[in-house]
Amino acid sequence: MVGAAALAVAGSGCAASEREPEGGGSGGGEGGGTFVFAASSDPVMLDPAFGSDGETFRVARQIFEGLVGTVPGTADPAPLLATEWTTSEDGLSHTFTLQEGVSFHDDTPFDAEAVCANFDRWYAWEGVNQSPNLSYYYGNLFRGFASSDDPALEGGIYGGCTADEELQATVTLTQPFAGFIPSLSLPAFSMQSPTALEEFDADGTEGSEDDPRFSAYATENPTGTGPFRFESWERGQQVTLTRNDDYWGEAASVDEVIIRTIPDGNARLQALQSGDIDGYDLVSPGDVEGLEAEGFTIADRAPFNILYLGFNQAVPELQDVRVRQAIAHAIDRDALISQSLPEGTTPATQFMPDLVVGYNDQVTQYPYDPDRARALLAEAGVPDLSVTFNYPTGVSRPYMPTPEDTFLALQSQLQAVGITVNPQQDAWTDYLDRINGTPDHGIHLLGWTGDYNDPDNFVGTFFGTAGPEWGFDNPELFSALTQARGLPTPEEQEPAYAAVNEQIAQFVPGVPLASPVPSLAFSPRVEGYEPSPVQDEVWNTITLAEE
Amino acid sequence: MIRFIARRLLLVVPVLAGLVVLLFLWVRALPGDPARALLGQRATPAGIEAVNELYGFDEPLLVQFGIYVRQVLTGDLGSSGYTGEPVVASFVSRFPATVELTLAALVFAVGLGIPLGYLAARRAGSWLDGLTVGGSLLGVVVPVFFLAYLLKLVFAQWLGWLPTDGRQDVRIDATHVTDFYVLDGLLTREWDAALDALVHLVLPGLALGTIPLAIVVRITRASVLEVLGEDFVRTAESKGLAASVVRRRHVLRNALLPVVTTIGLQTGLLLSGAVLTESVFAINGIGSYLFTAISQLDYAVLQGYILFIALVYALVNLTVDVLYGVIDPRVRVS
Repeated sequence: MVGAAALAVAGSGCAASEREPEGGGSGGGEGGGTFVFAASSDPVMLDPAFGSDGETFRVARQIFEGLVGTVPGTADPAPLLATEWTTSEDGLSHTFTLQEGVSFHDDTPFDAEAVCANFDRWYAWEGVNQSPNLSYYYGNLFRGFASSDDPALEGGIYGGCTADEELQATVTLTQPFAGFIPSLSLPAFSMQSPTALEEFDADGTEGSEDDPRFSAYATENPTGTGPFRFESWERGQQVTLTRNDDYWGEAASVDEVIIRTIPDGNARLQALQSGDIDGYDLVSPGDVEGLEAEGFTIADRAPFNILYLGFNQAVPELQDVRVRQAIAHAIDRDALISQSLPEGTTPATQFMPDLVVGYNDQVTQYPYDPDRARALLAEAGVPDLSVTFNYPTGVSRPYMPTPEDTFLALQSQLQAVGITVNPQQDAWTDYLDRINGTPDHGIHLLGWTGDYNDPDNFVGTFFGTAGPEWGFDNPELFSALTQARGLPTPEEQEPAYAAVNEQIAQFVPGVPLASPVPSLAFSPRVEGYEPSPVQDEVWNTITLAEE
Repeated sequence: MIRFIARRLLLVVPVLAGLVVLLFLWVRALPGDPARALLGQRATPAGIEAVNELYGFDEPLLVQFGIYVRQVLTGDLGSSGYTGEPVVASFVSRFPATVELTLAALVFAVGLGIPLGYLAARRAGSWLDGLTVGGSLLGVVVPVFFLAYLLKLVFAQWLGWLPTDGRQDVRIDATHVTDFYVLDGLLTREWDAALDALVHLVLPGLALGTIPLAIVVRITRASVLEVLGEDFVRTAESKGLAASVVRRRHVLRNALLPVVTTIGLQTGLLLSGAVLTESVFAINGIGSYLFTAISQLDYAVLQGYILFIALVYALVNLTVDVLYGVIDPRVRVS
């Protein structure tokens, strides 16, 4: 978005050290420079195939690339290491034509053999590597491995990979998977150098069974094709990357990238204000206005998330659809957004943002109508409904920056229609424990940020099976979701998920509230940062203006 | 003396052994499911089961305890459930940051605290005394994080004199030998790197050192006042000893005993990691890491770190006891 770039930062200038690095290197002068970004935590490790968290992926996106990328500003698949692909009629066979003249940072050529080596590597994982805290994405999306101690993970949907020509590879699946192409934009499916994987024993997750430790590849030698090369990682402090001068695409302008770990949100803000860093993610909504006034640039991502109010139907009163509709009518989304969510947040009508396949423009809505809410409650025989309201404290998620404020806003809206709200707070992990693991909750705040353009990643995750979060058993909905998931292409999924969204709207399992806008903040010297709804942000687009 | 130290060291062993048992139980009594903490919002029933099996969280407690004891005995201590980083290695790499920070805070607290406390006592009832006593009261009650943000706001943001956070400017390409950054700079003769690391210690040192400073001031003042009223001081004075000799040899030396005890206790506390200071200043010491480990229910890290901290605490206390003998011949141990 816009930022008053005219004003320079006042009173910056960290006193310490403008010293030129020793040992040759950075030329300085035209373009170049060091881009310093603050992350909220360390990466877990550097091999994205074992990653599932944002900070691991943020680093990986600079070093690695997948076959498929995203169209800037959307979640839709776009060519990257594959220039084009075709899918067979039955949706099982996918043929990729590969970008020419690409090599990994260790000079291993990127070709069809390398593609197959990566697919085969994931499939061949054994033992500890199959654990969901390591291979979350592969295990979840390909649903199994070549062999496994766990019968449920035996096989999966991967059928094999063949190198047809030097620059053409075909990946076969045993079941159709409409999300296959878009899912390949996840850093977890990045192409990694087969030579380096082998040399540094990437899959040798060491340690005993109870005590996995990552390999030398995953901690010291990540090797991809991306615009930056890995330089060093000082745990708890910073990851340093340098420009890949042999990059096949548009080479980066900055010489070096440093991703510092600054866990405290206020500390990130202060570091930016005093010029120690050039940018940070997950800007607290309350800081946006002040930063803009001081001349910093705020970049908004198109929201790819959803915040909702969930109903637990293990609570007898909430089994009555009229009660659920009444709560939906009691909520004034616009007021909620202005009171507790960042500017630019869009109100939600269904359990997915509008960028996702299957979003339904015509879905049934329950507009703000307190009189209707009261009437429905009276009709259901509970005009003085009393309900437990669960929310987490001390946590900030992209879809829920300040749960306490959101709770307060909703509480007053519910009270306005005569509902008694009994608040119950928990710290984040305990909260997840309670909501997802026990029936002991009433109505609750929760949400989700999507990983790639897949409707199943939203509504399938929420309503795919009976679970303690929602406490209902709705076989019709479950089977509709199973069917939609099995359709071979996004084109076929579109109407199926639109229908599912309507089905959910009729059932009112909860109230979709909003898709809050996540923001990044940058020093005015940073230009060309391209925010992406799925955080597919690669820093070769950045230039640093002269200070 | 050596026998005394050896005996005290031996005493640490049963303490640590007891702590191993307590820690094991305490960590498992923390609310929450470690597998869910590990998987976060992506937890599915099958995933939780798989993780429990992998990390042995589903084994009987006795079996888990057996594994843990074997790890402790082999000096292994396991690795973080999150990052797979071995606990021992992670402690070794993070402890220097905490030690540097502790030393900075101590230099500030002791260097300023003892003279201030002494002067305040010598001029009891003066404006200086009033200011010192009042100031030290303020120092104890002001929340550390508030002070930390305030210091950053004034000295880093408004005045721009000092860096906001971190241990060293990231653009400096310093060589690290010991992971004590100031020391590394001196050893490798990268003077500007050493200076930069030192400058980075100023604000966190002030923030962390304020409470110890206030305590040292108050203890010193009270102790000096007490000694000043003692008979031997009057005797010394009436013998005609020079006032400066009386002050140095009789007053200060005797008054310092309780101060040393206090400093020892404070050092132990500071070394166990200053969670708030470390997070506000983005210093990756053991405090901030331990804090994360608690929220993540990272059992191995919690068990290992607290054990290490207990060991450090015991060693600091031993050092204090030995120092005692140096200052006061009466308690010199045989």
